[in-house]
Amino acid sequence: MIVTDAVIIGAGPTGLFCAHQLGMIGLKCEIIDNLDKIGGQCIELYPDKPIYDIPAIPECTGEQLTNNLINQIKPFNFKFHLNERVEEVKRKNDKWFVKTSKNTSFISPNIIIAGGVGSFEPRKFSVKESEKFEGKSIFYSVKDKSVFKEKSVVIFGGGDSALDWAIELSKTSKVTIVHRRDEFRGAQSSVDKIKELKKNKQLEILTQYQLVNVKGADKIDSIEIKHENGEIKSLKIDYVLGFFGLIMQLGPIVNWGLNIDKKKISVNTENFETDQKGIFAIGDICSYPGKLKLILSGFHEGALAARGCFKYARPDEKLKFEFSTTSKAVKSRLGIKE
Amino acid sequence: MTKITYIEHNKKSHTIDVANGLSVMEGAVQNNIPGIDADCGGSMACATCHVYVKEEWFDKLPLKEDGEEDMLDMAFEPKKSSRLSCQLIVNDQLEGLVVNLPEKQV
Repeated sequence: MIVTDAVIIGAGPTGLFCAHQLGMIGLKCEIIDNLDKIGGQCIELYPDKPIYDIPAIPECTGEQLTNNLINQIKPFNFKFHLNERVEEVKRKNDKWFVKTSKNTSFISPNIIIAGGVGSFEPRKFSVKESEKFEGKSIFYSVKDKSVFKEKSVVIFGGGDSALDWAIELSKTSKVTIVHRRDEFRGAQSSVDKIKELKKNKQLEILTQYQLVNVKGADKIDSIEIKHENGEIKSLKIDYVLGFFGLIMQLGPIVNWGLNIDKKKISVNTENFETDQKGIFAIGDICSYPGKLKLILSGFHEGALAARGCFKYARPDEKLKFEFSTTSKAVKSRLGIKE
Repeated sequence: MTKITYIEHNKKSHTIDVANGLSVMEGAVQNNIPGIDADCGGSMACATCHVYVKEEWFDKLPLKEDGEEDMLDMAFEPKKSSRLSCQLIVNDQLEGLVVNLPEKQV
C-alpha cells in the first residue's frame, strides 16, 4: 500500500504539470497511466505533429512537450505506474483507496483525474462472435510470440503494428495479412518488405477484405472475410490478430459516483474539485461553463487543483502563496542551491 | 446556413441548419445529435466522428487527405462511403447533404 498526498490518474500534459504544481507546494504524488509510456494523447495520437499554442513556445511537437514536462518534474522524483488502469476507487475514512489493474494500491486524501477522453484500449473487431475467442484465439497485442510458432495466423490491419508483426511472425508461422484497402499506412520499408515476402511466398496478402464471421467451438476453426465486391472467402486458421489502433474509453471512472455528463466530469472552477470531496478533475475530462479543450487550460486547472489538494493533505497547515523566483522553500524543493 | 441531415443507425433523422464554416461534426455536436463522439475534438486523431455519406453526395465532397484514410482504418465498420465528419466543412455546395451514422463509434 502506497501512502501519498495525491494520486494523479493520467500522465498526459495536464497530469504532468499538475504533478509539478504539487511538487512546488511541497506535496508528494504518484502518477498512474494505462499506456506503456508517459505523455497521453500527445505521445499516442500526435507525437510528431507540431503544436502552436503553448504559451511562450512558438512551436513544439507532442513528444517535445512531453519530454520538457518530464524534465520539469524530475527534481521531485515522483513515481510513475505505467501500463496500469485504475479499477477501483473507494472512500476509506477521510481518505481515498485506489487500486489498479496490477493490484497496486494507494491511500491518499486526494485523487486528481487527468484522464483526457479516457484510457487508451485496443480497438476490437466489430463481429460479435469474436468476443468469445478473445484471449484464446483472437488477440489485440502479442505477449508471447512463441504460441504462434508453426500455426496459421491471420493479421488484420494496415499500420505499423500489423506490418511489423506480419514480418516477424512470417519467420515461424503461416501468416496472412488482411486489410480493408490496397494501401498500407505503415512505414514504406515495411510495406516493401511484406511485398517481397509475398513474392517469395513467405506470407499472403489479402486486401479490400474485412472480417464478417468467426467459427469454432472453444477455439477458432475458421473465419470468413468479405471482399468489397461482396465475395466471401473462408480461411481455416489457428489465430487472429487485430491491429486497429487504440480507442479511448472512459472505463471504470463511471462507477466512482461522480457527476458525469457526456463523458465529462463536472467541476467547480475554484479548485476543480468534483462533487466528491478530494476528487479533482482537470484537462479534457472536466467540464464547466466556458471550458476550452486546450493544453494551456489544463495547466491552469492543474495549478488550482494542486492547491485544492493542500487542505486535505496538510489540514493543520496554511498554504502560503510563493513565487518560484524568490521563495527559498520552492527553490530547495527544486534542488536549486543558492 | 446549410441544411444537413444526420440519420442515426436506428433510422431516426435530424435535419439541422449548420452555419457555413463549421464542420459536419461540429454541426452534430452543437445540436446534441447522438452517434458522433468526436473524442479528439476535430484534430483528425481519432475516428469517432465517422459517417457514411450517401452515394450521390460522395463524389461531390472534397477529396480525403492522406491522414483521413489512415484514421478510417481504425473506424468502426468502415465502408467505401466512409468519411470523418470533422473533415467536411459546411458550405453552400453541401445544401441537403445526408450522412448516415454508424451503429457505434468505438
